[in-house]
Amino acid sequence: MTDRYLILPIIGHMFTAVLLIFFWRKVNTQRIISVLGSLAVMGLSVGLFIKTYRAGYLTMQAGNWQAPFGITFVADVFSSTMILLTGFTGLAVCVYSTVGISRQRIQYGFFPIFHFLLLGLNGAFLAGDIFNLYVWFEVIIISSFVLMTLGGRKPQVEGGIKYVTLNLLASVMFLTAIAILYGLTGSLNMADLSLKMSAIPNKGLVEITGLLFFIGFGIKSAVFPLYFWLPSSYHTPPSAIAAIFGGLLTKVGIYALIRVYTLIFVPDPFTKQVFLVIASLTLLTGAFGALTKRNMRMMFSYLIVCHIGFLLGGIGMYTRLALAGTVFYLVHDIIVKTNLFLVSGLIYKIRGTMNMDELGGMYEDYPRLSLLFSVVFFSLVGIPPLSGFWPKIYLFRETFTTGAWYLLAAMIIASLVTLYVMAKMWGDVFWKKGQEMENKLTDDFSGMNWKKRGMLITPVVFLAVLSLYIGFFAQRINVLSERIANDLLHPEPYIQAVLGADAVKTPQSE
Amino acid sequence: MKSIILKTASNYLLPLLLLFAVFILFRGHYKPGGGFVGGLIASIAFVLHAFANGLQSTRKLLRYPPGAFIPTGLAISLLSGLAPMFAGKPFMSAEWLSIHIPIIGLLGTPLFFDIGVFFVVIGIALTILFTISETIL
Repeated sequence: MTDRYLILPIIGHMFTAVLLIFFWRKVNTQRIISVLGSLAVMGLSVGLFIKTYRAGYLTMQAGNWQAPFGITFVADVFSSTMILLTGFTGLAVCVYSTVGISRQRIQYGFFPIFHFLLLGLNGAFLAGDIFNLYVWFEVIIISSFVLMTLGGRKPQVEGGIKYVTLNLLASVMFLTAIAILYGLTGSLNMADLSLKMSAIPNKGLVEITGLLFFIGFGIKSAVFPLYFWLPSSYHTPPSAIAAIFGGLLTKVGIYALIRVYTLIFVPDPFTKQVFLVIASLTLLTGAFGALTKRNMRMMFSYLIVCHIGFLLGGIGMYTRLALAGTVFYLVHDIIVKTNLFLVSGLIYKIRGTMNMDELGGMYEDYPRLSLLFSVVFFSLVGIPPLSGFWPKIYLFRETFTTGAWYLLAAMIIASLVTLYVMAKMWGDVFWKKGQEMENKLTDDFSGMNWKKRGMLITPVVFLAVLSLYIGFFAQRINVLSERIANDLLHPEPYIQAVLGADAVKTPQSE
Repeated sequence: MKSIILKTASNYLLPLLLLFAVFILFRGHYKPGGGFVGGLIASIAFVLHAFANGLQSTRKLLRYPPGAFIPTGLAISLLSGLAPMFAGKPFMSAEWLSIHIPIIGLLGTPLFFDIGVFFVVIGIALTILFTISETIL
């Protein structure tokens, strides 16, 4: 079904960003416009999600050139779910950053770049053309590089250089893979590629191209051998920026990986094996990295790496339920990881440090806030009724049916280590007596009026409520993710939606 | 740079180069040219003027800070992309009016998109070059 309004979540951010540049240096106006823009885009995202959930597939040909040649935008249930999540987290981070981002950083253009980043994310989720996907990835990288180094402190620039070098390497891999793919098939449209791939005689080259995509997306989503850029850069920018990075930036790599490996390539046993081994190693290295860190945000960064392993493991098993587990984990992880970094930012505002040795006594001073934070932490760990628990059922179950024992072992170890580090963090930051810290560090929080406090706490509450919803109404997310998994494993309706109803039959008849 | 030859020449070259930039802008779409190249040539015109007469006089000539061209251009491009949506076509469809104007050629949304690009390129190139020359001098 063609629908020319499906591009509105992209246009909404573009419009907001352009409007924000007109009000360059007017800090308060920018705050208001940005929040209103994010709110509007969230409304549009909800609208798109409902529409897609009813119709199944929506397509749009930008510029009115027809499918294999023009620029195709496709919204299926998966991509509109991702857009919806981007809308929720985008709004939360936007509200948080009205207070959480310093005046100077806003004057240097924080808000326009923030909206360009969300524009890139939404574009990547809607792209139906592999080269277009690459372009959206570039929009994301450029905006995130600016956000990461905004303010220009030395550790930020250092982290930014590592980040950009590795991500540019990933982009080169990605672009090379696209070039080979184009050489093989003469097409860039993902639906068209899906049809043409099966006709290629040189299967070896196809597998290698697939692995090049895997390396490219793997670096971007921080999987095992090349993940080290993430922990060494994500703790440097302000927490609001780290929140959007931690919540969405690595997940867009996973999204692209799922897309490419369900639509264009179908993993053979060897590729699946590679995925499973790398997923296990990602789980273990991430977990052990988190054990050694005493800085809260560095620890959370390692947990991001660790939990990417769950997602990758689900793709590696490649059954319907495993993919459903991956999608469910993605939904849970985006909300919780964003919230985790917002919480760490709040703790920083209250105590002036992220070092767990210096922190303490949070529970004594702020009991209600601590209770709120505990919801986030327990969701992350996956204490049964909360959101992290449900996707793990799928993933653990599928390791039994596929016989991936080492992945099961790695998942159990990673879950236990996550529980351990979160419990230890809870003990250090919240329960440990406060008097140990004699040199009382700066407390920005208690000096704030209720309005500013509200701006910082409301987003955390909002996202915590969302993760509670995912936990307590897991049945709905189950239905959603199983439907998405089903769509992913049967791409024929997707191809028909893009290329027309009789496109699927032609290659068989030839 | 104090050079009477350059100074005199730049006074004649500025309008000439700007005219050429606009010509390149209108020539685009089907033939080589377009907003990006046109914008670069226009910014070269201003940079040459700045070399000969000093940065301050070029800033005065421009009247607005070069950064202001960026959102203006972006807005023009965005609106030209949105316009076909009101006519029931997808985003960024090329909608041509059937009026043929001499020199400019056919009027249509791609032309306005290119004009937007033209302004964005001028804004970005001049912002970068002015900032660099301010920090060097």
